Amino acid sequence: MSFTRLLCAAAALAAFVGPFAAPVEALAQSKTVAITAIVQHPALDATRDGVVEALKDAGFVQGQNLKVEYQSAQGNPATAAQIARQFAGSRPDVIVPISTPSAQAVAAATRDIPVVFTAVTDPISAQMVKSMDKPGANITGLSDMAPVAEHVALIREIVPQAKRIGVLYNPGEPNSVVLVKALKDEAAKAGLSVVEASVPKSSDAQPAVRSLVGKADAVYIPLDNTVVSALESVIAVGQQAKLPIFSADTDSVARGTVASIGFDYFQVGKQTGAIVARVLKGEKPGDLPVELARGTDLFVNPKSAAAMGVTLPDAVVKRATKVVGQ
Amino acid sequence: MTEIALFGAIEIGLVYALVAIGVYLSFRILDFPDLTVDGSFPLGAAVCAVLLIAGVNPWLASLAAALAGAVAGLVTATLNVRFKILHLLASILTMIALFSVNLRVMGRPNVALLMQDTVLTPFYGLGIPDHIVRPLVVGLIVAAVVLLLARFLSSEFGLAMRATGVNARMARAQGVDTDAHVYAGIALSNGLTGLAGALFAQTNGFADVTTGIGTIVVGLAAVIVGETVLPARALALALIGCVAGSILYRLAVQVALSADSIGLQASDLNLVTALLVAVALILPRLKAKASRGAPRNPSAAK
Repeated sequence: MSFTRLLCAAAALAAFVGPFAAPVEALAQSKTVAITAIVQHPALDATRDGVVEALKDAGFVQGQNLKVEYQSAQGNPATAAQIARQFAGSRPDVIVPISTPSAQAVAAATRDIPVVFTAVTDPISAQMVKSMDKPGANITGLSDMAPVAEHVALIREIVPQAKRIGVLYNPGEPNSVVLVKALKDEAAKAGLSVVEASVPKSSDAQPAVRSLVGKADAVYIPLDNTVVSALESVIAVGQQAKLPIFSADTDSVARGTVASIGFDYFQVGKQTGAIVARVLKGEKPGDLPVELARGTDLFVNPKSAAAMGVTLPDAVVKRATKVVGQ
Repeated sequence: MTEIALFGAIEIGLVYALVAIGVYLSFRILDFPDLTVDGSFPLGAAVCAVLLIAGVNPWLASLAAALAGAVAGLVTATLNVRFKILHLLASILTMIALFSVNLRVMGRPNVALLMQDTVLTPFYGLGIPDHIVRPLVVGLIVAAVVLLLARFLSSEFGLAMRATGVNARMARAQGVDTDAHVYAGIALSNGLTGLAGALFAQTNGFADVTTGIGTIVVGLAAVIVGETVLPARALALALIGCVAGSILYRLAVQVALSADSIGLQASDLNLVTALLVAVALILPRLKAKASRGAPRNPSAAK
């Protein structure tokens, strides 16, 4: 039974060191923000650092009037669930879960501590909130859904004469279906029409993009695994038919799409941190609309653009974060 | 450790106790190292989640999850018994296949249940705080499983299953159909794991394809910690040992989560957990050695 005794001793020790640090600082009006991520990788770590940076900008300085707790579940959802319980028990001022499984575990663990999630692609289907505009309850946050509105604006800037946007996607990929719906909404706002071509498997990509020649003035590829895995065959048709191809992800630009806008996750974190700061200052999470992450990284490929018969405006090239393919 | 964190650890420990009991069945009773659980746990979560979304009764959905897990176990057993594939390899094949199956079942990598009714819903709002209701309900389910399983393993069929694991050749000589017992045992083991997956999804509000990672490690650790804490010859006590081991493992994780107060980083979590469990396993041995050494040294015996 020595294990039990040891464990009790260790638990008692942890119980002493943990909670006692907090009340002392609480006297100095200190706030506690508990951050958790499902794994540690560069994008998620940058998100966390961005949150802390934004809080500093808002006057909450770590070590002075802010205590930041951070836990990574090391890829294990059971640990994520346990971290969520731990945070629910230690009652920080705000919990910031990064990624969908971490956010769901936190939402299941508390109904009253303010939660500001981030890097959750689709908060509605993840059942984090019922509505993006008025989340209600104790939860709000930020979605890292692809910035489709910015993509449409980019297409209009580079191909001003475009009236019809073709879209290649696999109807079997839920993520793509969501993006295509968003594309239709944004295109309609800009007075453009959308022409769909379905790609159920990678070998269908080339015939599908051929079918768009003459029917579309530019082609948009969402974050679709099926189409992206056959990207080169799509690019080849774009070059032959002088049909500019755009992608939702910045990685595809190096492979030959004209341009894309993607996220800098440090900025995603800063945007999230700004919401956290508002909650720390007393606003109710349920009253704050869920924000969409703003894309900041603009990747362009002038060589590919030329091959597809378009010239990148100087303004676009000048503000590009990265110019590839030269 | 706060009260909510403590009950949270107990709750997750109880969910994984079903995995521990499953691993005890395959690994200890049948002597069959079975990695299928890394796939059958998320399979249970997936099946339960899609059925709940479709409006099926939560208890029926949980039962279906257990059946799905049992079918996964049967696949492993078939590969091993019928096609003579090494048990370890047979279970790895089923496990990796299940990753694709789970994605098919859910249709996407993550299904949310935060707004669905679960087996726990009727117990909320009875005046008991949520963080106590959850371990209570899961604990009752685990208790029922332990009782039923203890009875089953003491039945004639169960005794034959235990004989199969101890000495298959001898069991066959006594007229035991050892193949049938491997099928039944591995199916039962993965059925319990599937049920655990279903309970995990319902208590945490989501099913995710990644929920299976490391299930076998957690299950084995719980079994071994349980055997150390409760070195029992009686079968019912051994099953209770699995439950205790699983809870203790989660308490160790909980302590490791608080380790930042002594200067450790979040990334050290797995190392700290492993060390705590290792210490738990080594200490009783050292103690036993000390007590054995005592009589040889008369001056210390005073």
